Amino acid sequence: MRRRVASAVSAAWWAALSRLGLSRHRWQTLPRLTRRTVKAVVWVGVGLVLVAAFGVWKTSALAIAAVVLLLVVPSYQKLTIGRFRVGKWVTPAAAFAIVIAYPYYLNSMPQVPIFGPFPMLSTMVAMMIFSMMALGLNFVVGYAGLLDLGYVAFYAMGAYMAGWFASDQFSAQHLDLGAVGLSQGWIGFHFSIWLVLPMAGIATAIVGVIIGLPTLRLRGDYLAIVTLGFGEILPQVARNGNSLFGYNLTNGPEGITPIDGPGFGSWLHTHLHLPAEYLTLGNYDAVFLWTALALVALTVFCSVRLRDSRLGRAWVAIREDEVAAAAMGIPLMRTKTWSYATGAFFGGVAGAFYASYKSGAFPDDFFFQISVFILCMVILGGMGNIWGVIFGACFLSYLDREGLSNVGTWMNNHLGTHVNVPLYEFGIYGAIIVIVMLFRPEGLIPSSRRAAEFREGVHDEPLYDVEHDERLYTPEPG
Amino acid sequence: MAEETLLETVRLRKEFGGLVAVDDVDFIVPEGSIVSLIGPNGAGKTTFFNMLTGVYKPTAGRVIFAGQDLTGKPPHAFTERGIGRTFQNIRLFKNMTALENVLVGMHVRLKGRLLEAILRTPRVRHEEADARSRARELLEFSGLRRKDEEIGKNLSYGDQRRLEVARALATEPKLLLLDEPTAGMNPQETLEFTGFVGKLRAERGLTVLLIEHDMRVVMGISDRVTVLDYGGKIAEGTPQEIQKNERVIEAYLGTAAVSS
Repeated sequence: MRRRVASAVSAAWWAALSRLGLSRHRWQTLPRLTRRTVKAVVWVGVGLVLVAAFGVWKTSALAIAAVVLLLVVPSYQKLTIGRFRVGKWVTPAAAFAIVIAYPYYLNSMPQVPIFGPFPMLSTMVAMMIFSMMALGLNFVVGYAGLLDLGYVAFYAMGAYMAGWFASDQFSAQHLDLGAVGLSQGWIGFHFSIWLVLPMAGIATAIVGVIIGLPTLRLRGDYLAIVTLGFGEILPQVARNGNSLFGYNLTNGPEGITPIDGPGFGSWLHTHLHLPAEYLTLGNYDAVFLWTALALVALTVFCSVRLRDSRLGRAWVAIREDEVAAAAMGIPLMRTKTWSYATGAFFGGVAGAFYASYKSGAFPDDFFFQISVFILCMVILGGMGNIWGVIFGACFLSYLDREGLSNVGTWMNNHLGTHVNVPLYEFGIYGAIIVIVMLFRPEGLIPSSRRAAEFREGVHDEPLYDVEHDERLYTPEPG
Repeated sequence: MAEETLLETVRLRKEFGGLVAVDDVDFIVPEGSIVSLIGPNGAGKTTFFNMLTGVYKPTAGRVIFAGQDLTGKPPHAFTERGIGRTFQNIRLFKNMTALENVLVGMHVRLKGRLLEAILRTPRVRHEEADARSRARELLEFSGLRRKDEEIGKNLSYGDQRRLEVARALATEPKLLLLDEPTAGMNPQETLEFTGFVGKLRAERGLTVLLIEHDMRVVMGISDRVTVLDYGGKIAEGTPQEIQKNERVIEAYLGTAAVSS
């Protein structure tokens, strides 16, 4: 069937071309780039005609658009212009465009069976923020192969950085650096979000180094337990931080709120038409989505660049065989600490952005569950693979926000049950992870390398010997 | 042969609990020589090796390399100063390509830092391209021409051994430690490998220290041979001297062999 359609389409294509005076032979003598461009233009034209014929964003037009995307985009993956390999950017660019345009077509999207409507904009923002955190954790778990169960500590640190530097928390101080949407004479620090984000990232990376230095000497299970401990310590400090030696650092269980909204200020608004303050905009969810998407794109960019660098190779080497990596001159502690700090940086930025989106940093948001949740995203999607991790993050945070309750509603309506599905949230995630681990331990979209490791296992022996621990001594066979 | 001493150990000792694995060994590797370390199974050769590369910290004694005391330093410090090694049981990065394995070996000789790597500055780009071409040369030198994109674990056994050496060479060592390099090789491969070790010294000016069981290899290429037994050094000298040494024969074949 598919072949017959394809041959019909290509016959029509050659017929149309020879009408224009281009025989098959002449067409093939044209430069490849020209042929590709012509084809792309034709495809887009076909798409537009179909959209016009079926009305905008109707289901059938949508299906055709999806088919066109799936058929056309992959065929451009090998495209090169000069010495630049443009092709590898085609798929990400298409995905990027689809997300950017999301606020415009969301309302005309059809219902999906079982899952109900497409995710709301606020859910999309959460999905992007979790993507960023999962990508951050991917530096630690996916690249360097260190199990971190306390990632929430970095998220909390980032959120509280936003709380401290963009709210009236420190009432004794007054410093205003590019803050927007405030009346004069506010108390506390009020920094622009574009300052707060890198500050939060750097502060969190420093916390990561401080946590990492004593922790990363440990291996495997021990490392996981200690990171778990740190993941509990930081939120507890936040919870009880309303009188740290008599000083109110975190405002305790009530958390810090409100936190200033992001924005570019009036000068950039008048000159470049950038939004002055997000929270006063009518479509502020859309603007948040675009900003979050930009942050995700930045994270992806850094992930790709680092993966292909000297440091990325060292991380993978440590993951595959620590002893051999050390013998090849890779300083284990320093390299692991870099991965920890890099992961922490993005966790911190994501935390700060989330805090400013929610306009608050509350200690109850920073439970151990969140660490596990983010870890699940990385595992589900495929450790070490950027697109897999993003997929895992989007899917799980979608389930968390909307998916599960939509599925539950559908189930109760159609099967006559009375189950409050979201109540069983973590049980369901647990089941998903168990199933993935049993049937596809490398994750849904794994990196090829990681997949192989999962099938064969890696060397894991103690490197530095522990005095008087005989278990560690195995007499050499030679 | 009036050479400089490249590596020296002074009363090097390693205890695991009550077991003395290496017992106060004094040992010298002159620059430019090929030295073999032999001994019966369990004599402490690999433990000794591991102390020479920082994987184990000695219980007592010192390791001095090119005039610097490296005792107690982490493994990467040893590599940085110029000690490269291979492992008894091949420890390649199995899921990396041959080229990537060699590039990891170059880690200490490259400089690209985190921010530079993200921004991919011209310096880093140049360095990476340079590293890649040098890695290809090394692979070719080690007899792995056109295998750069092979995944480590897909290489044949002999090629994996060669890749381990190429990876060790990528660290630009002055002293190369080979832990039973010919284990599991057939006589033909062993012969080729022996030639290769000779080539390493002749063309790259390397000093080589190897643990070896194949006596033809040991006697064929070594300038000096050291024999360990029960953690202690029982003999040292040229291959000819060692062949005649009674304690060595005793250690390998038992007392009966000597008295009869």
